[in-house]
Amino acid sequence: MPAFREVHPEYRVRVIAVGSGEALRLAARGDADVVLSHSPRAEEEFMAAGYGETRRQVMFNDFVIVGPSDDDASPCRRLDVASTLACLAESGALFISRGDDSGTHARERLLWTTAGAQPEGDWYLEAGQGMGAVLMMASEKGAYTLSDRGTYLSMRERLRLRVLVEGDPRLRNQYAVIAVRYASNLEGARAFAEWITAPSAQALIGKFGVERFGRPLFSPNAAAQ
Amino acid sequence: MDVLPESPVESLLRGEGLVRVYDGRRVVDVDSIEVRTGEVLALLGPNGAGKSTLMRLLAALEPPDAGRVLYRGREARRSDPEFRSAAVAVLQKSYLWRGTVVQNLEFGLKVRRVSAPVRRERVRAVLEALQIAHLAEAPVDTLSGGEAQRVALARALALEPEILFLDEPTADLDVTVRRIWLADLERIVRQAAPAIVLITHDPGEAFALADRVAVIEDGRIVQEGTPPDIFEAPATQFVASFTGAEFMLDGEVTEAREATLMVRLDSGQALEAAGQGEVGGRVRVAYRPEDVIIGLPSSSTTSARNRFAGKVARLHPQGGLVRTRLEIDGLNLEVLITRHALEELGLAVGVPVVAQMKATALHVFPV
Amino acid sequence: MDVFLDAIRQAVQLLLSGDPYLWQIIGRSLQVSGLAVLLGLLAGIPLGTWLGLARFPGRGVAVALVNTGLALPPVVVGLFVYVILSRQGPLGSLGWLYTPSAMVSAQFVLAAPYVAAITLAAVQSVPPELRLQARALGASRWQALLLHLREARLSLMAAVAAGFGAVISEVGAVIMVGGNVHGETRVITTAIVLETRRGQFATAMALGLILLAIAFTANAFITRVQQAQPRRRRPLTS
Repeated sequence: MPAFREVHPEYRVRVIAVGSGEALRLAARGDADVVLSHSPRAEEEFMAAGYGETRRQVMFNDFVIVGPSDDDASPCRRLDVASTLACLAESGALFISRGDDSGTHARERLLWTTAGAQPEGDWYLEAGQGMGAVLMMASEKGAYTLSDRGTYLSMRERLRLRVLVEGDPRLRNQYAVIAVRYASNLEGARAFAEWITAPSAQALIGKFGVERFGRPLFSPNAAAQ
Repeated sequence: MDVLPESPVESLLRGEGLVRVYDGRRVVDVDSIEVRTGEVLALLGPNGAGKSTLMRLLAALEPPDAGRVLYRGREARRSDPEFRSAAVAVLQKSYLWRGTVVQNLEFGLKVRRVSAPVRRERVRAVLEALQIAHLAEAPVDTLSGGEAQRVALARALALEPEILFLDEPTADLDVTVRRIWLADLERIVRQAAPAIVLITHDPGEAFALADRVAVIEDGRIVQEGTPPDIFEAPATQFVASFTGAEFMLDGEVTEAREATLMVRLDSGQALEAAGQGEVGGRVRVAYRPEDVIIGLPSSSTTSARNRFAGKVARLHPQGGLVRTRLEIDGLNLEVLITRHALEELGLAVGVPVVAQMKATALHVFPV
Repeated sequence: MDVFLDAIRQAVQLLLSGDPYLWQIIGRSLQVSGLAVLLGLLAGIPLGTWLGLARFPGRGVAVALVNTGLALPPVVVGLFVYVILSRQGPLGSLGWLYTPSAMVSAQFVLAAPYVAAITLAAVQSVPPELRLQARALGASRWQALLLHLREARLSLMAAVAAGFGAVISEVGAVIMVGGNVHGETRVITTAIVLETRRGQFATAMALGLILLAIAFTANAFITRVQQAQPRRRRPLTS
């Protein structure tokens, strides 16, 4: 935000941090001018309904499946996420879902379908809470869950979890910026969307997280549209 | 529940060397006190004299700091079931608990696990005795002050105690209610329990209801005796003024006779009064306003030695009585006479009169 | 405004249709808070009674501490209970975290001081001579004490209603120690948060209406109790 303000001091930005699903709903109601979200399906519906003026890729990061750190020789450790999930479902290992219709939750549901497994039973818990809370829960209970890498990395020291599956293309998490058509500040929305897909911002994105975690948390891909 | 006429007078409760201290002050300091069957004992004294505290000590509701209370020869304790049933007290404010009158009356009986039929019968009897049967199902917060007092008393009577303590039973009532209540108390009290201890600050009440009165001042018993004893021969200035002999004359003893003294008042007059004293000693003479006999100068005298001529200085009508001030050569006497007497004698301010007092109506105390 | 009224209409329909998701949550709320308040009574009434009647050095401090119980922030209680029940915490081995037991525990910690504080005040409002009079009629110390409590019973009942109303509407503690898990630790308040975030306004509203109804009932009860305190005496007659 400070970087944006340097370029465009005439705009004041108020950030509301919520899940993608809710963000898009807020925007549809006219409570937001520009949305940064990572829920492609919901975004497509949003655009189809005519709420958004423009939609552009910004960056991507990925999801990971994490599990108890003392679970070294897990039989479910596979290279692809679909078979991992199928294996987890069969073994009845405890899995915690966001259960809140957020972007992560939507992705999770999609993955289960791909895995051909039914996420229901005593082993599947739907906690209606945010990512941080779900990770804490998984850590406490020695359970598995789907998390975006960023949140996991930022909390890693406090959690007893390690990555079980990563890198599968289906785990890729694309972020897009949408300028809302009926925004009260359409000019500002457009300016923001322009700026964040422009090279300077993209470079910033590419460097984010390196200092603390040793690797960037996001991969900018506005240019690859 | 009547006292059996043949039962010998028995000492039920004895207090020995009782001392109670609050905040470093001795609130009760009584060497000996006794409660006997067939007797109403009144503890009479002004507010703060320690009578309620003494009652609590005797009823074992509070432990003494020194001394002991004996019930039939053994130590009185609330933990002793026999004493607990025998000694029942009605405290000053009626403290009825939430519920109906009947629920309150049954309380003590339920605590004692008396069976339901017996309970009902006792409650019925006591409601009738105190004429409150019509209030049986009334919730206690709808009762007037007088009704509440009756219920509180009924609650205690239902337990048929051996010793009944009544703490200021008429203190909170207004005048009309009080009069009725006192009349009722007289009737009830005799039959209520074998022994009754009545705490009061009203001498009239004590004298009307009690067989024996203990006058208490600052925690000590300053005189004990029958009502006439106390009334006619108050032992100290305090007792005298507390029981109505509130008017004092100062003087000096000039002569000591067998049962009386000659006192020369500071205002000059010579009086013959009852009491003991040393010749030459300073004294105070107390008298009751109703003991001064007024007559007209011409009427014949009575056997009163103390006879003075003076005149009416002031008249204060007080309902059926008139408080009259007489001026007698530098001496002012306060007299209480009936309106009828006032009219008969034709008294008015300035009228000359003769005042007479019996020696026995004058009580002498050393100063 | 239409959206709002619409949501209410749908909410009522949902409730009347006996929607199992809703009613399961409502039931759990009542159970968790009900049990917490019950345990709170068992702990709070004796504590409040003792503090109200006993005299000992340091009593003033103890009373002040208990009275702060009326203002304990639920999130803080949630935090403490979470830490205690977490795996690294002293009671981690119980495995209660993210189960209803944790929620009951946290709400118990909220309810007990509440009940104690109000019991304390209620007990002190009954004159001490009442117990003396009871004993003067033959009651033992225990019986006199029970009578004293009975006299204060209306205030105590109001205290219970107030405590229940307070814990069933809190969200901070139960979401932290319970986790809002569907079918297990989701209660009215945590469900409202979730459903609102999900845009399911009808569901959220339905739960909100029920919570309001519960709060209203508790308060109506308290008000009735307060109005029923000593009535007028009949004047003048003997």
